[in-house]
Amino acid sequence: MQSSTVQFLPEQASSFALQVDLLYLYLTAVSAFFTIGIVGFIIFFSIKYRRRSDADRPPMTVSNLLLEITWIVVPLALSFVMFIWGAAIFFKMASPPKESMDVYVTGKQWMWKIQHVNGHREINELHVPVGKPVRLTMTSEDVIHSFFIPAFRIKADVIPGSYSKLWFEATKPGKYHLFCAEYCGTKHSGMIGSIIVMEQRDYDAWLGNTKDSSLAEAGQKLFKTMGCVSCHSADSDIKGPNLEGIYGKQVRLQDGSVITAEERYLRESLLAPNAKLTEGFTANMPSYQGLMTEEQILQLISYMRTLTPVTTNTGLKTLPTTALGQTPKPEVTPVQTPKPVTTPTATENKLSGSPKKSEPAK
Amino acid sequence: MSAHVIESKPLVVEHKEEQENYLTAGYTLKSWFLTLDHKRIAILYLLSVTTMFFVGGIFASLMRLELMTPQSDLFEPDNFNKLFTMHGIVMVFFFIIPAVPGVLGNFLLPLMIGAKDVAFPRLNLLSWYVYIVGAAFTMFTIVSGGVDTGWTFYTPYSTSSSQTHVVPVVLGLFITGFSSILTGLNFMVTIHRMRAPGLSWFRLPLMVWSIYATSIIQILGTPVIAVTLMMAALEKVLRIGIFDPNLGGDPVLFQHLFWFYSHPAVYIMIVPGMGVINEVVTCFSRRSIFGYRAIAFANVGFVVFSFVVWGHHMIVAGQSVYSALIFSILSYLVGIFSAIKVFNWTATMYKGSISFDTPMLYVFGFQGLFLIGGLTGLFLAALGFDVHVHDTYFVVAHFHYVMVGGLVMAFLAGIHFWWPKMFGKKYPESIAKFAMILVFAGFNLTFFPQFILGYLGMPRRYASYPDEFQVLNVMSTAGGSVLGLGFLLIAAYMVWSLVFGKKAGMNPWKATGLEWEHTTSPPPTENFYETPIVNEDPYNYANRDFTKDFNKEVKLGA
Ligand code: HEC
Ligand code: HEM
Ligand SMILES: [Cu+2]
Ligand SMILES: [Cu+2]
Repeated sequence: MQSSTVQFLPEQASSFALQVDLLYLYLTAVSAFFTIGIVGFIIFFSIKYRRRSDADRPPMTVSNLLLEITWIVVPLALSFVMFIWGAAIFFKMASPPKESMDVYVTGKQWMWKIQHVNGHREINELHVPVGKPVRLTMTSEDVIHSFFIPAFRIKADVIPGSYSKLWFEATKPGKYHLFCAEYCGTKHSGMIGSIIVMEQRDYDAWLGNTKDSSLAEAGQKLFKTMGCVSCHSADSDIKGPNLEGIYGKQVRLQDGSVITAEERYLRESLLAPNAKLTEGFTANMPSYQGLMTEEQILQLISYMRTLTPVTTNTGLKTLPTTALGQTPKPEVTPVQTPKPVTTPTATENKLSGSPKKSEPAK
Repeated sequence: MSAHVIESKPLVVEHKEEQENYLTAGYTLKSWFLTLDHKRIAILYLLSVTTMFFVGGIFASLMRLELMTPQSDLFEPDNFNKLFTMHGIVMVFFFIIPAVPGVLGNFLLPLMIGAKDVAFPRLNLLSWYVYIVGAAFTMFTIVSGGVDTGWTFYTPYSTSSSQTHVVPVVLGLFITGFSSILTGLNFMVTIHRMRAPGLSWFRLPLMVWSIYATSIIQILGTPVIAVTLMMAALEKVLRIGIFDPNLGGDPVLFQHLFWFYSHPAVYIMIVPGMGVINEVVTCFSRRSIFGYRAIAFANVGFVVFSFVVWGHHMIVAGQSVYSALIFSILSYLVGIFSAIKVFNWTATMYKGSISFDTPMLYVFGFQGLFLIGGLTGLFLAALGFDVHVHDTYFVVAHFHYVMVGGLVMAFLAGIHFWWPKMFGKKYPESIAKFAMILVFAGFNLTFFPQFILGYLGMPRRYASYPDEFQVLNVMSTAGGSVLGLGFLLIAAYMVWSLVFGKKAGMNPWKATGLEWEHTTSPPPTENFYETPIVNEDPYNYANRDFTKDFNKEVKLGA
């Protein structure tokens, strides 16, 4: 990465990089055309029509409608291409592929905390495999930050109280800058890190070394210690809604509206449970505001994501994520025990040990 | 365009030149600080905005010094953060927004429309005092500790994290906002009510259209920022949850409100400068403006469209894909109005009789730099591109090309152009040309490398940066010193010219316009010796005989 000579483009290390660079080229070409054109005319007129004496009597200016229309229509057309092109890339940036591998990011003055689904944590470093779409779900513990990887040509603000998504597919192994792009206080310029793109093999080896419990496991523990089980299980006295299949479900609310249960809604359900009451339930859930960190919330959410609806008892059929193969996703294990909440011991047994080992070999 | 000249009975003014003018009308401090004369108020503004420009410039120079090396070594990071915040606040709110309307607008508007003064002279003086109180308030807080939020005051950083003096600064800006609103109101009423006989809307110099458009934006937009900043202050002091999610607020709401004003504000900054360009380019081409109506209506376009594109500052702030699309396409539409103007100014030179006095050189500078500033705006409106360069030095370069390359160039064009009218003295022409070249070269050396830096990924508001960005940063700092020298040189010879400058005569450029042809330099307190009557289109250069001496006689009403 380091080089003493001036370069003009950052490294191209994601599937977006070339696309953005090509758009940059087009924009630069159009701009160069107009700049050279206008400056050329100014120089030309300056020479041709320079004042020779006060006796010069320039004629009355006549307007030329056709000319005026031309120089409205042509730039509009060229800008329309810019618009479409920019929008097309933006659409791709906004739509992560379904099979993306999830990583959770929490920004905090002044560091980046990263959690992988297998529970591995990093600070100011993010290891990813090459050639795999990776989807980041990001939030902040304090002020707004912005997660920016120049070599991938992507960034997204990381906003407290909500979740932003960012996805990329790295195309070239290496170490790249990670910057915070939204001003966030004293050490804003120190809130930097690296993205380390590895060959799949190296990545697996790197992941394999980890002994942390998976994100979903941690969430499951919280689900017990925070007392969620006492209401969100089949045999509890106070009834809370059944959380199986909650993620991505269309939840009908008390006021009749329907909302998709994604990160933001789930977070709100924990911190301000009465803001959007689920239909058929009373405001019985306590607020967990101030009782858990953003990272714990992410763990709970990632646990709730594993609670796939129990339609058949062969849970394995509903495991699209195993397709990710080499990247073991231990969060799938709880599904094998359809009701983890009611049978905690069974689940715990299943999940004990290295997540890698608990995964059925492919 | 109508092409008939009505020769008026000329008034020979030589004997009048030694007579009283607005500058000699009184020498006491009181005669300045309690003046109701729009021309004197313009001079008060000139002094204050120039002071602010140099204050902001000192902050900028200190930042550029720090950025010569990758480490943060000259200042503590906290102090660097205060520097860019104060630079931004001073330059935006105390220099660039009031510069052209406050100085050139105040001085010229009544003169250009043949009026004795603005509609509400007392209100006009009040505007200046409000500005001074706001500025004093802000400067005092800056001296007593400063503020570190960036001039954008993004929440929840400003309301819940920053330990600096956010509230007093915000109050200072709140106060200053009233100055902007009152000036806008005053100018609008003046344009509606005080035009000389015969001066119909389409005979107005385009500078007046620009001031009119700017005034509307000021009146509509400024209350929004005032209220927004107040809400932030309330949240900070009383912990009412408006923007901080921990208090139940929405941080992005602040950005919406902030940019709902601050995008139109970039038109408050640039449109008056465009007005200046119209006057100068026609005079030094001796041509009437190409496409008068297109330019006039482009101003209306700015007023309407500037209020609907704020979201392009928030592409990566989590708005929906669809709102991003709408903001993107609207941004392209607003761009076209600037394009029309640039094309028309260029076409105005066609078949002209072009001379290269300093004001015209600044017009050339404006054309080139504003063009780059505007075109890179189109880059930023392309969504997929903005994602990469948002909040990097690319944006810093873009807005400096628009604001310094555009507005400051136009302001300097105007100051040089009307200097003889304002003070009756000529500035030294060849030094002025040299200074223009310094400013132009220094500017490009400072800011062009920043486009590359930004694309390479250097984020803005960084006190330290990775080593590989150093070469470009050193270039930028070197350019900054040339630029700074240029500005200092201009200030020096302008002051020099007040004492030693050659007498200018009433119309040294042989320009058209009431302020040039119908009154002396400097004008008398009541502006005109007799109310002018307008019977021709503006920029009627085709009907002037330039072999005559334009300095001799004042045209009176027909
Ligand atoms: C005292 C009982 C109680 C506890 C403890 C409790 N909840 Fe709830 N929960 C409820 C009730 C009742 C509702 C439905 C009313 C509502 O929407 O607030 C609910 C709703 C929810 C919802 C929204 C479900 C939907 O279908 O929209 C989620 C998600 C949720 N809880 C998660 C949790 C988690 C995670 C915990 C532990 C940190 C927890 N709850 C603890 C009672 C509880
Ligand atoms: C009319 C003149 C100018 C105006 C209106 C202006 C305006 C601004 C604004 C609004 C900012 C953003 C501040 C922020 O990020 O909070 C800024 C940043 C900056 N300006 Fe200027 N500026 C002007 C002149 C200059 C000059 C002459 C220089 C250099 C010699 C300069 C150097 C900088 C630098 C280094 C930054 C910091 C960029 C960053 O870290 O984000 N500016 N300016
Ligand atoms: Cu930051
Ligand atoms: Cu804008």
